[in-house]
Amino acid sequence: MPSSLLWAVDIFGRVYTLSTVGQYWELCKDAQLEFKRVSAVKQCCWGIACDHQVYTYVLSGDVPIRYQEETYENQRWNPVGGFCEKLLPSDRWQWSDVSGLKHQQLGSFTLPSPHWEWESDWYVDENIGGEPTEKGGWTYAIDFPSTYTKDKKWNSCVRRRRWIRYRRYKSRDVWAKIVSHADPDQLPDPFNDISIGGWEITDEPLGRLSVWAVSLQGRVWYRENVCHHNPEGSTWSLITTPGEVVQISCGPYDLLWATLWEGQAIVRDGIDRNNPQGISWSIVESPSPENGIMHVSVGVDVVWCVTKDRKVWFRRGVNSHNPCGTSWIEMVGEMMMVTVGLNNQVWGIGCDDRAIYFRQGVTPSELSGKTWKAIVSGRESDRSQTGSSTSLLSAGCFFTDDIQNQTNAIIQGDADTSSDTELPSVPVNLANTPPAGAAASSSANSTANQTAEILANLTLDPLDSNRGEGTVASISNEKANFEMDKSSTNPNPPAELQWTNIDLKEAQKHPVLSVSTLAETSSLSSLGMFSVGAEEQYGADEHPLWAWVSGGGCLVDLHSPLKWFTAPSGLSSSVQSLSLSISPAQTAAWRKQIFQQLSERTKRELENFRHYEQAIEQSVWVKTGTLQWWRNWKPHKWMDVRVALEQFTGSDGMRDSILFIYYMYHEEKKYIHVFLNEVTIIVEVLNEAKHSFALYTPERTKQRWPIRLAATTEQEMHDWLSLLNMSCCESRRLQGPPSHHAIWSVTCKGDIFVSEPSPELEAGPHLMPCDQMFWRQVGGHLRLIECNNRGVVWGVGYDHTAWVYTGGYGGGFIQGM
Amino acid sequence: MTDDKDVLRDVWFGRIPTCFTLYQDEITEREAEPYYLLLPRISYLTLVTDKVKKHFQKVMKQDEVSEIWFEYEGTPLKWHYPIGLLFDLHASNTALPWCITVHFKNFPEKDLLHCHSKDVIEAHFMACIKEADALKHKSQVINEMQKKDHKQLWMGLQNDKFEQFWAINRKLMEYPPEENGFRYIPFRIYQATTERPFIQKLFRPIASGGQLRTLGDLLKDVCPNAVTPEDGEQKTQVMIHGIEPMLETPIQWLSEHMSYPDNFLHISIIPRPTD
Repeated sequence: MPSSLLWAVDIFGRVYTLSTVGQYWELCKDAQLEFKRVSAVKQCCWGIACDHQVYTYVLSGDVPIRYQEETYENQRWNPVGGFCEKLLPSDRWQWSDVSGLKHQQLGSFTLPSPHWEWESDWYVDENIGGEPTEKGGWTYAIDFPSTYTKDKKWNSCVRRRRWIRYRRYKSRDVWAKIVSHADPDQLPDPFNDISIGGWEITDEPLGRLSVWAVSLQGRVWYRENVCHHNPEGSTWSLITTPGEVVQISCGPYDLLWATLWEGQAIVRDGIDRNNPQGISWSIVESPSPENGIMHVSVGVDVVWCVTKDRKVWFRRGVNSHNPCGTSWIEMVGEMMMVTVGLNNQVWGIGCDDRAIYFRQGVTPSELSGKTWKAIVSGRESDRSQTGSSTSLLSAGCFFTDDIQNQTNAIIQGDADTSSDTELPSVPVNLANTPPAGAAASSSANSTANQTAEILANLTLDPLDSNRGEGTVASISNEKANFEMDKSSTNPNPPAELQWTNIDLKEAQKHPVLSVSTLAETSSLSSLGMFSVGAEEQYGADEHPLWAWVSGGGCLVDLHSPLKWFTAPSGLSSSVQSLSLSISPAQTAAWRKQIFQQLSERTKRELENFRHYEQAIEQSVWVKTGTLQWWRNWKPHKWMDVRVALEQFTGSDGMRDSILFIYYMYHEEKKYIHVFLNEVTIIVEVLNEAKHSFALYTPERTKQRWPIRLAATTEQEMHDWLSLLNMSCCESRRLQGPPSHHAIWSVTCKGDIFVSEPSPELEAGPHLMPCDQMFWRQVGGHLRLIECNNRGVVWGVGYDHTAWVYTGGYGGGFIQGM
Repeated sequence: MTDDKDVLRDVWFGRIPTCFTLYQDEITEREAEPYYLLLPRISYLTLVTDKVKKHFQKVMKQDEVSEIWFEYEGTPLKWHYPIGLLFDLHASNTALPWCITVHFKNFPEKDLLHCHSKDVIEAHFMACIKEADALKHKSQVINEMQKKDHKQLWMGLQNDKFEQFWAINRKLMEYPPEENGFRYIPFRIYQATTERPFIQKLFRPIASGGQLRTLGDLLKDVCPNAVTPEDGEQKTQVMIHGIEPMLETPIQWLSEHMSYPDNFLHISIIPRPTD
């Protein structure tokens, strides 16, 4: 299903769109203006801005909007000069339209509005009816008006040729003001409401739309001649109404309802392909006598309304033959407004919370749907908070739309781990601190440029698959970086916030990026990280409050799941499900309080009592299981083994673990064992036949012979991987997310590993650094990764999208714990 | 950065410093020293007090020793309530350590259940988990588990193994993605001021309109006197694991993150101290 857009306006007049395949509200690309209302269809959106003027926003598409202007040059033969400009007084003008009735000089053509541009200059059309003419494009006839032929004959007394020039509508993806050339006295007073629809009435001309508007004086206007090649339409026509209208709604087909000041609704009769304006009005009374209708919205054959007490009503019995319907049914919920979109789907704005609700379960057989479900999608700029709240267990994704698809796949995959055999690429995540770029450089621009450079590097750096042998394909740890001193001496959070904004704009403009929104969203996620650090400044309730929503361009397919109802995250199922309950605003308040109180509680109840004995002695815990092991000697083959992981608590209170692998050798029970504090890396080995992984120690790296183990199911393998990795981290005293100094790497399979450097790495000649480094996996698959020593980590995925690590750890199989 | 996993850890590793003293009327051979211990909030008194029992038995005549029981300021402590709940309910806002009196005689039959072995605790614990899953998933998850998974939950609690416990317990915290939460929230509300043991009712985490219901919604529904009237002064504290979550906290989130290992949210409502 191609994606389509839900349009909405927040209480500040900012217009956002939410894609049916997206998870975030995206700010309208042209965000200069503030809007009161919008009405959208697939290809465009009309709106009333804060200046009460009407604007149209035509989405860019593959088909250019171009219009061919034409005029004819006419000549008559005379014996003196042959064919010449001098015509007889009874003839048509030298320049005219095709009929000859209208004088049309080349210079008389002007662009209809500032939103058009000429594609080229006038030129002669040398083809008549698809056939090339003689030089000059002339066609000949005995006299005007007549049939013209391309051949000049003895009796050809007149000739003409066609000049053409194309103009192109250029104001796409921006709000174009609808300019009126008509007499100011006849112009509508300022507009109050607008609704577009009617594209199903007739497809001739292409893209024909009905645009209806209501002015402040309660008059209804119809915009003439709106179609594909004339997106602005031509003029406003006044439509008489039985009373003063406040609001109007136009469905995709012939349904048109409006509300009157007095609280009734009026329904337009007689709309058809010959008369898209309709003929007359019928009045429908409000469902309740005390509370008139405040708002109405119509679809193909449904009508919803909101009365002044905010109650929502569904109109029963509406169809093409009976546009008035039969009776009202009260629905659950209180709304500010409702909007009916494609497929009769319904959205509303909640009365109390100003959130947008989607009516679930609207089907052809059950047009009134089942329940209201809040859309919790954050705005891109809020990703921060949702991110911070949920980035915990595994890699969350706070990225661009195409990647969000994958995110969703991950969520589903996690929910059903037993059946998914191939993990979709999990984005990188994590890094819980302000990005280094934040560096609070005194010159905002220079910082932004640095960021842009990073972006450029990321995008341009070719994939270098030869970079490393073995597992680690590329490693980077950029040490030299932004001015650390400055950042430490300038701990001013507002300055940092400002920097992010600048970064955002700069990055957006940066030409290197193939996908401009990519830069935008990515830097927005870094903005996000900021607000985690500076939540107080950022304000707790950034949860969007909506004023208007339009679903006229939004096609919700009943079979394709929407990602609007989960706060974005790429987490394991348990956490993902929890994130359903999180909206950014709540997150800021109640969640923060719980963390804070828990840490206070721990302090209160433990700090002075650490010398007390623990009630439960730490004992050895053994996890055992059956795996397969790639045996050490020839002929190499997989053999069934028993494995046991023993965890014990050392005298220093720290835990350590040993992995035992028991095998039979000539009927004799033998075992090998690995101290997990010696393990350097545990890598999943993708193998079609086996769910296997390899475990390396320094010794085994030297031998080029890791311990290879396989589980019967992927789930079982992940359980072991998760447990072994956790045990390795525990015995290496590694906790929490990677530090800023962590070294990042990706394997040639795209798995991402991170290692914490220790001072001993450079200490002596006795140990190779590689023998001391432990690599732990973080979620995700990337082909290239870059980091700096301030915790900024960016990567490029296999689909050529950029990712930024936004803090968190775990992910992949390390989930749910 | 803190994440929700840390909440699980904080909840799991909550400890209450406790001072056990022998009841003055118990007959001892020599003076009984008080015994100090960090009690896991999520565990049960009789599960973690072997050391206490040994300590006091050493100074007592063997024939004086019968079933151990605990009391705090005159209230016998129910071993089948989690320790954190007992503390929140009876001893919040008091000075630490928590002073518990140990008894070996005059078992208060009408107040306490007998606990002759750990098997009794295990049975009680598993019964709670099963009841909770009946509420959350119509028992589907717990019934699909194998016996060894059940054992792992219990062993995890008994041996204070967070990973061991959560490796299994996370399955109990899942729900179908198309639903936004559990069927019903397993919770119990205890009030220090009433005789009634606790309140437990069916409560859905999601309102019919799809909104998430909050802790405040729950209290309004099942225990309205715990919620402060809008104009009134707040007279009560709503405690879970020694903290007071905001009433706006979604109940589903609380259930997933702040339930005790028995999968119940044990909520204490106590009078707010007047300073």
